[in-house]
Amino acid sequence: MPDVQSMVLEFVNKLRKRKIEGSQATARCTVELLRSVISHHRVPHANQASALIDAVKAVGGQLVAANPVELAVGNVVRRVLHIIREEDLSLATAAVAGLDLLDASDDDEDVNGKGIGYPAMSAAVVAAAARSTLRPPSLQTLLEGTPESATVPYTSSSGADSESKTADKSSITRKLKHDVIEGVNQLIHEIAGCHEQIAEQAVEHIHQNEVILTLGSSRTVLEFLCAAKEKKRSFRVFVAEGAPRYQGHLLAKELVARGLQTTVITDSAVFAMISRVNMVIIGAHAVMANGGVIGPVGVNMAALAAKKHAVPFVVLAGSHKLCPLYPHNPEVLLNELRSPSELLDFGEFSDCLDFGSGSGSPLLQVVNPTFDYVPPSLVSLFITDTGGHNPSYMYRLIADYYSADDLVM
Amino acid sequence: MDPRRGPLAVPKVRRVGFFTSIEPSPETPRPNRSLSGPAEAITSSSPLSDSPSGQFISPVQIPPSRHHSDNLASRAAPVPVPGPSAFRRQLANDRTLHVGSYNPVDSLLGTSPPSSNGEVSEDSGSLFGFQRSDSAKLSASFPNGGFDMTVAVRAPGESEAKVATASTSDGRKKNVEASGESESVATKPRKEKETRSLKEKTSKAERRAIQEAQRAAKAAAKGEGSKRAGESSRPKPSKPAKQPQPKKEAPQVTSSVSEKRAVSVEKERRMDVPQTQMQYDDKSRVDKAKRRSVVEQTESKNKVELFLHLPQYERGNQLPNLSSNIFTLDTIHHAVYKVGLQHLAGDIAGDNARCIAMLHAFQEAINDYTTPPMKDLTMDLTAKINGYVSFLIECRPLSMSMGNAIRFLKNQIRKLPVDLSEPEAKASLCSEIGRFIDEKILLADKVIVQHAVTKIRDGEVLLTYGFSCVVEMILLYAHEIGRKFRVVIVDSRPNLEGQKLLRRLVTRGLDCTYTHINAVSYIMGEVTRVFLGASSIFSNGTLYSKVGTACVAMVANAFSVPVIVCCEAYKFHERVLLDSICSNELGDPDAIANVPLRNNKKHSKTMDNNKNLQFLNLMYDSTPAEYISMIVTDYGMIPPTSIPVIVREYRREDLLL
Repeated sequence: MPDVQSMVLEFVNKLRKRKIEGSQATARCTVELLRSVISHHRVPHANQASALIDAVKAVGGQLVAANPVELAVGNVVRRVLHIIREEDLSLATAAVAGLDLLDASDDDEDVNGKGIGYPAMSAAVVAAAARSTLRPPSLQTLLEGTPESATVPYTSSSGADSESKTADKSSITRKLKHDVIEGVNQLIHEIAGCHEQIAEQAVEHIHQNEVILTLGSSRTVLEFLCAAKEKKRSFRVFVAEGAPRYQGHLLAKELVARGLQTTVITDSAVFAMISRVNMVIIGAHAVMANGGVIGPVGVNMAALAAKKHAVPFVVLAGSHKLCPLYPHNPEVLLNELRSPSELLDFGEFSDCLDFGSGSGSPLLQVVNPTFDYVPPSLVSLFITDTGGHNPSYMYRLIADYYSADDLVM
Repeated sequence: MDPRRGPLAVPKVRRVGFFTSIEPSPETPRPNRSLSGPAEAITSSSPLSDSPSGQFISPVQIPPSRHHSDNLASRAAPVPVPGPSAFRRQLANDRTLHVGSYNPVDSLLGTSPPSSNGEVSEDSGSLFGFQRSDSAKLSASFPNGGFDMTVAVRAPGESEAKVATASTSDGRKKNVEASGESESVATKPRKEKETRSLKEKTSKAERRAIQEAQRAAKAAAKGEGSKRAGESSRPKPSKPAKQPQPKKEAPQVTSSVSEKRAVSVEKERRMDVPQTQMQYDDKSRVDKAKRRSVVEQTESKNKVELFLHLPQYERGNQLPNLSSNIFTLDTIHHAVYKVGLQHLAGDIAGDNARCIAMLHAFQEAINDYTTPPMKDLTMDLTAKINGYVSFLIECRPLSMSMGNAIRFLKNQIRKLPVDLSEPEAKASLCSEIGRFIDEKILLADKVIVQHAVTKIRDGEVLLTYGFSCVVEMILLYAHEIGRKFRVVIVDSRPNLEGQKLLRRLVTRGLDCTYTHINAVSYIMGEVTRVFLGASSIFSNGTLYSKVGTACVAMVANAFSVPVIVCCEAYKFHERVLLDSICSNELGDPDAIANVPLRNNKKHSKTMDNNKNLQFLNLMYDSTPAEYISMIVTDYGMIPPTSIPVIVREYRREDLLL
């Protein structure tokens, strides 16, 4: 499968060179890549699930190493692993004799079919997968520590599962791969649609004449605000410009184009203005398991100011941004320093940046971080595609999406 | 701030807070300046001609070489409206020799040791004892050997011995003694002056009769000393021996000062504060002001609703017209006009620089002033100054410190004795202005540097925000005396003043880290102290400073890093402020709209006419007192809660009387 290998390499290169911006785009690309990895992977007859898991893990490891700061990659890889495990589990628990109408040619079509589009065909499978995704781990599985084992009581499964116990080996193989791809397609769908899911909740949180502060440029925030605007709420938005990348200007431009009252302020004026703001809404880069948020640089300042003035600090995050890791010193370790040229003109200060003079180290250092970490204590509310949550609940929400075996990759 | 409590005011020369250094207070004065008046006379006054209190601040500390005319004036108001670069260059030149933004020569080390030397050499015999007490006091003020050099230069063995024992009160007593001593030394004419000033003093005392009466008898001696100190800071030189009778406020001067009167006086004073902020949402007043105005500002198209009470103008486009009619204008003195335009164009930035430039312009204007026939100097000059001030406000809203300086000047005009001839009055005013600049700004900065540098230890990481000349002086001085530390400069759009500071520090060999304000919480983890400048500090402890200061202070507070604010006491203001909205200044919105990005440079331009999009360029913000650990001022190091104390009790004699 040289084509898959080259696709992986190409994507790794893109990640290394930071060509892909934004966690949503990264997540989308990652999951699509993983889908083709899975579909091209030749599954052995025995123990196919673990073979698939190994393949995905190998690719996932490369991707994560390429850009460890982009947590969405790791999240998506873990989600896919979780899907494989769940599908395997549900197949093992239920022998699906009646559903073996699928054949190999179908499988091959799936690979190229970008569509998310045949849920009707295997509605039962999807339902089972969904159920198993949402099902809390039973005490027994926790005790035995083997999620793959077929110890889930039959009664908890649907009636269709329990009726047949004998399954053709080859059909199970194809079935697993098919189901996994099905699940991955669903994940793609979910990532693509998280904006709408989040935006739907906008009206519940924004009232008339509200003043909202936001910073950075997040598509989710844009959709969220516009959704409220479409529901005829009239409110005003302050946008911090987000130096040195000035993403705020882009956001402001979009907002104005959609007819929202927008005021661009400097980042330094955040504290001055926060006392007249009713709510701070930001889009997260990643949400950690402890409820901490990694967001665009400057977010921590805004969160502190909001806390000081008792202004609700709301974080919007699609489920692909939920990271199952607990951060340690995230403002440094999960950060990325960008080029100093965004801050200082090299031409003007080139003499000061000279390593050759004096002690050999330059007198001047320029620090230009990309991200900022907001501790959970400063966050009032998370709005994800499944609804609003407290920071203290995030670990639980995250447990639904990932299996504990995949946390360390 | 209950005015009725006024009369209970305590002795003037008490110092507040912690302090490390020499001068009991900068407002203690270089006394007696000669009659000749104009600013030069002050600065060049010889050490000999110093009155007792001269020992606190040795006269040479304001050395002749730093001359308003040749140095400050030229810097503040270069002949053609200068580009900022010219201004910077000059400063840079200065700096090649000395510490400090204003004036080099008064860098602490540069001046104080020579000053003592000078005194010894010139009048060594008679003044020796006095000199010794001086040095004792000095060395006492460097408790931790921070100023080794100073001590080394001037400390004979015995003075060091005194260090251990001398308490501040001790030192003060010594001052009184010493003053007696030096009085005896003084020459005849000086003696005359002294008596004159004493008489004048009694008149002042009358004014504050109640206060004086309430003072305990035991405090009398001290009070005398302190009073002299306080008094000598007032315009004694050109005053006649008779009781001065400022005409405008005759009732105040009459001997019976009732409490009620004190209240009314204080109220009047408050009214007297130049209104730095007109309420721009009041249509009729705005229209009236527009008719009078010289500067035709174009109002910005998209006003921010929250700030309708503030003027929102587009900057810079009217400058060519204005600079062309500089010579045709007769209502406004050309020096003032020039300063106004420089403010408008942003060539002079920084509160101290603006204030000094304004005061120099006023000096020039007063020099060129002639009282029209049938008019009274006091009244007419006040009216003139009011006109100038409103012109300056049109150019750019005044900073709080400028308001204070203007109030000082008006009080000086009001206090002019009637029987003073016009040239004398003018000379006296000019010298008072010069003294204000020297003592309240330049000298105060030096004192602040001395205090603040004791808070810098080896291996520290100091963070500063934007550009503050006092902070710059502190950093450079600390570097000069060999402290090893690193500086983090936090900067913000749109002015990027931090780059100016960065360039200056790096060329002097300081280890610097540069970042923008968004990254402040990234960098704060490694910072050990935050030094901030101030535009003003209000009497509820609120720090009013360049926008972003509050963010930095807040983050520092969250990281438990001490925040030290450096601010000259003349910037303190008796107003109170809670937020950054009610009182602020709006800069040019275009400065924000223009983004230095390659790809989307144009985007804001095309959106310009969309009424939904506004750009808000706030200039200041207010930092709540709880974020401030300490304020370093010329009276010592104080907590923010002590601001009203200074405002009410220490500055009373400058601003209120």
